[in-house]
Amino acid sequence: MPAAREQATRVAVDRIACTGHGVCAALLPRQITLDEWGYPIVAAADDPAVDVEAAVRLCPARALRPSRTTPQ
Amino acid sequence: MNELLWYFSRATGVVSMVLLTTTLVLGMTLSGRRSARPATSTVVAGLHRWLGLGMVAFLVGHVTTAVVETYVSIGPLSALVPFTAGYQPLWVGLGTIAFDILLAVAVTSALRHRISERAWRGVHLASYLLWPTALVHGFMLGTSDQPLLRLVTVACGVAGMLAVSWRIQATHHDREHRRSVTAQGWS
Ligand code: HEM
Ligand code: SF4
Repeated sequence: MPAAREQATRVAVDRIACTGHGVCAALLPRQITLDEWGYPIVAAADDPAVDVEAAVRLCPARALRPSRTTPQ
Repeated sequence: MNELLWYFSRATGVVSMVLLTTTLVLGMTLSGRRSARPATSTVVAGLHRWLGLGMVAFLVGHVTTAVVETYVSIGPLSALVPFTAGYQPLWVGLGTIAFDILLAVAVTSALRHRISERAWRGVHLASYLLWPTALVHGFMLGTSDQPLLRLVTVACGVAGMLAVSWRIQATHHDREHRRSVTAQGWS
């Protein structure tokens, strides 16, 4: 449902696809920090849905998708 | 009017060459190396995307004016089918090939979220074919009474070749990481 997608305020990371560019950390600073090797750590914080959209579109490895569940 | 079109075509051609080279170099830095600061990667990724797409506008202007002006015979067919121009068919044809590849790269990038990663990458890597093709086209047809414009093409060639040789030896941090993880095997 497109409505669900528009409202997503969190991202999920495909760890196989992620190449550690860190674009997500720059666009979603509240939610994502980078580990010492430059790979994302997702925190349970919400970001504005438009920022989530942008991060999903701009991830160079196409490794992000909108999510509405809290990371474990 | 014709003369104006001719100038417009040359100007947009030169701008496209500069944008193409810039886009190519930015793409290589994106793939070849992970920046220490996430903000840098983000700016590079954004510039690569928007300059790449912006170039399409300049190229459409370049091709359209080259077809419309009647000083030399280049028909509408030559915009998409190589080696069909009455004027310098070989060098114009190279420009046509470059334009076709560019359209393919731009369309697959716009649809990136809907096509497979392999398809996108396969087409995207054709950029390495597109760039020298466009360069030779620009150099051979560039008007030799304008040394400055020639110089721009040559400068683009040098910058691009330096970047390509850097890219060949660049090892992406993530690739290294994957290699070392694979080498460890399952335990
Ligand atoms: C149309 C003109 C374009 C040209 C000539 C171009 C060229 C390039 C080149 C040469 C590379 C380096 C590839 C490598 O060595 O592995 C690259 C990488 C890349 N390009 Fe483009 N590109 C263009 C447009 C775009 C657009 C519009 C996007 C937006 C989605 C895009 C997204 C990317 C990404 C994400 C990478 C990095 C891939 C990776 O290694 O993870 N490009 N591009
Ligand atoms: S932007 Fe994409 S590739 Fe880069 S660290 Fe985030 S998820 Fe990984």
